[in-house]
Amino acid sequence: MQRLDILKEVNDIFIDVLDDESIVLSEQTTAADVDGWDSLTHIQLIVAIEKKFKLRFTSKDIQSWKDVKEMIDCIVTK
Amino acid sequence: MLTFNELKKNLKKDFTDFKKVKVAVLGDTATQFLVKALRGTGYEHKYNLEVWEADFNQIENQIFDEDSDLFKFNPDVVIIFYSSHKLLAKYNKLKPEDYSQLAGTQMELIKILHASLCSRLQSKKIIFYNYTEINDSVFGNYANKTEASFLFQQRKLNYELMSYSSINPDFHIVDLSSLQNQFGKSIFFQPSVYINTDMVLSIDIVPEIAAKTVDLILAMTGKFKKCLILDLDNTMWGGIIGDDGIENIQIGALGIGKAFTEFQYWIKKLQNRGVILAVCSKNTESVAKEPFEKHPDMILRLEDFAVFVANWENKPDNIRKVQSILNIGFDSMVFIDDNPFERNIVRENIPGIIVPELPEDPAEYLEYLYTLNLFETVTFSDQDAARTKQYQVDAERMSVQQSFTNENDFLKSLKMVSLVTHFNKFNTPRVAELSNRSNQFNLRTLRYSEIDIERFAGSEDFFTFAFTLEDKFGDNGLICVIILKKENTETLFIDTWFMSCRVLKRGMENFVTNTIANYAIDKGFRFLKGEYISTEKNGMVKEHYSNLGFKDVDGFWMLDTLEYENRDCFITKKDQ
Repeated sequence: MQRLDILKEVNDIFIDVLDDESIVLSEQTTAADVDGWDSLTHIQLIVAIEKKFKLRFTSKDIQSWKDVKEMIDCIVTK
Repeated sequence: MLTFNELKKNLKKDFTDFKKVKVAVLGDTATQFLVKALRGTGYEHKYNLEVWEADFNQIENQIFDEDSDLFKFNPDVVIIFYSSHKLLAKYNKLKPEDYSQLAGTQMELIKILHASLCSRLQSKKIIFYNYTEINDSVFGNYANKTEASFLFQQRKLNYELMSYSSINPDFHIVDLSSLQNQFGKSIFFQPSVYINTDMVLSIDIVPEIAAKTVDLILAMTGKFKKCLILDLDNTMWGGIIGDDGIENIQIGALGIGKAFTEFQYWIKKLQNRGVILAVCSKNTESVAKEPFEKHPDMILRLEDFAVFVANWENKPDNIRKVQSILNIGFDSMVFIDDNPFERNIVRENIPGIIVPELPEDPAEYLEYLYTLNLFETVTFSDQDAARTKQYQVDAERMSVQQSFTNENDFLKSLKMVSLVTHFNKFNTPRVAELSNRSNQFNLRTLRYSEIDIERFAGSEDFFTFAFTLEDKFGDNGLICVIILKKENTETLFIDTWFMSCRVLKRGMENFVTNTIANYAIDKGFRFLKGEYISTEKNGMVKEHYSNLGFKDVDGFWMLDTLEYENRDCFITKKDQ
């Protein structure tokens, strides 16, 4: 799967979890850029991404991402 | 079951006019998701759960401090969630010689917390989450033989909680442990999330726990299921009784009969607990009843059902019939049917009724139904069985009626007797009560007090009658009242005639007319004179006198007793 496709899927998950149609992610997007992306919704996002891509993040993965780019990097390696 | 995300979206919806319940949640792990899911689940039941969440790990601080935010919030229900993970952490820190004290020490703490809550709360309803199993595998299977093992202590604590709960009516347990059994620990608990957030419940299990908790809150506030309505063919037994015949339906040892036998045992246990049972089946009634009467392997028998409706009409109409007999809300009914078409038509036409999607394979029925927790309750007493009996009496009468094609045959079968008395000191209170409550079957709607009633009883110008009605199913008590007034030497005026609507269509009107006409003849009066005064509510008796053969004379209704012939009725006068 191409990075762009992954980004699009992740974007859809963000829209669903945060219940906000206006979210447009880029690889440079950080938690500070998205309204409602706090530590709690972060967990929801992780679980939703795990389900969507049928993978499991380690607890270290979950803590380490600084932006969407690192998140996608992580998905790509799984 | 809605997902956590769907429940979360409910929070943005309108809770206006929903029933408000104040719920406090205290946990020793992160409870933010649980709190959201509780409120979101409440929305699905039209409940506005106003949830107050204690700060992380503040159970004891909040409960032991009488000025705490918890007590300022003044909750209707307090939920306490001690996690097994924190219990294990406590255990880990103990000296080995103290391991076997864990359950006892924790139970003491819980009792003190509970006492403190009870002394400070107005509403003393507590929900306690029990402990999910963690097998730390330190002892292997030997843990079961070793009091000092964590598993031993944790299971002991759950048992102690049940014992404690059984003697403290307002201390309720949500059985997290059995939920984990049902779903498996790998779904219940996600280690990576736990390590990062201190949340011991996975996002997928949170809605399940919220559902179980809200079930309990609903039951605490009077919303619970009272009645189970069942289809027959391929629901209660395998096969179709009308086609296959009694010897070929699958129950007991035949075919997949075991699945249906176990299903019937479950229903029987519900009935023993006080859930009212009804049948709603598309069948010829005699054919549908045959297995209950004759099949040796049937667990359920006819007497287990309050109502038995088997005919070829549509199911929503029949369920309405069941409702009218039992007189309970549709939202307290569960309907089980193997046929998806019937399920849908009932779901669409009967608002509020619960209709579980049944698995296709009857072998799966029970396991699936177990998971739905359909029959939550917060009480269980001997009275439950008595209440079932009461419903059965009313229901029996009405269902017997349905088995008669001829109305008169039905009425005859009731073996009705009526005790006729004049007003006396024993019946005066009831006569006055009925006088003030009868709206529909009331010809002139004059309201009389007990003092009025006593005055009529003592007067020579008034003749009074109080009627009871009893049948083979039970005694309805005093249900009809007549007051006759001497208008002149040949005419008795019917000043008052009212009757309880519970005994409509039993021929009581005919019995009463016979009684007063014969009384008039005995006393030398030729005419009975009636009047109908219309009100908003008494339209049902507009044609009352003309139906009984009275003639319209200048706006009054006259009956000439010289021409009177006793009207047919199946009520016998009871001797005092």
